[in-house]
Amino acid sequence: MVSLFSFIGEIVEPKSFAGLFGAAPSIALASLGLTIVSRGAANAAIECRSMLIGAVAFGCYSATVTRLLARWRMPAMRAAIGALGVWFAVAYGLWFLVLD
Amino acid sequence: MLGAIRIDFTNLKRARRQDYAIRFLSGGVITMSAGFIAKHGGSSQGGLFLAFPAILPAAATLIAKHECEEKTRKGLQGEKRGRIAAALDTRGAALGSAAMLAFAAVAWWSLPRLSPAAAVLTPTAIWAMVAVGAWVLRKKLGCGGRRRM
Repeated sequence: MVSLFSFIGEIVEPKSFAGLFGAAPSIALASLGLTIVSRGAANAAIECRSMLIGAVAFGCYSATVTRLLARWRMPAMRAAIGALGVWFAVAYGLWFLVLD
Repeated sequence: MLGAIRIDFTNLKRARRQDYAIRFLSGGVITMSAGFIAKHGGSSQGGLFLAFPAILPAAATLIAKHECEEKTRKGLQGEKRGRIAAALDTRGAALGSAAMLAFAAVAWWSLPRLSPAAAVLTPTAIWAMVAVGAWVLRKKLGCGGRRRM
């Protein structure tokens, strides 16, 4: 599933449209099926509720990487890896505040 | 507006096997990690990782690398063009996070109410509609684009 969305993101143009597939719910689609089968739909629903927070963190991460690349002229790999800290901070910060 | 979208298979020629392997591996590792965290830390914590940027770091890095190599071969400023291409990709992903949010909300609602197949297909359709709709809307409003970078 992850490879499929990665493949689509590779072949479509323009780049801003291709980027939408970088935010495709590929892991969710791969994981939810397994969760439904192994632990039931109720647990899968709980995971999706947390995914709402993860998606907010994803938006913050993507916006941060864009800014690091465009304004701060940082190399792509350093920006993409370094900004993962933003994802963890926002995701766990909101999770502790809202759901824990 | 949707006419601007096209499929270009020549992009595939630029990517090497190891590029696909990196994306496949990072996606697989994150999927397994999400399952592991859900099993040991609970579904609530594991769900966070359903929205982890698994392929975006590898994709942005590889886009920048390929664009840089191509432009440098043509005698242009490869590094700058590579950065801009990667930034456009991640900007698209930032827009796509709204669609991911819609996916999660609809899946959360539909999973206890619909059959498993419908509960997965419905949010996927909503994701596609919100993603394309947001992209078209942003294009119509004229915000974003290379000239701001």
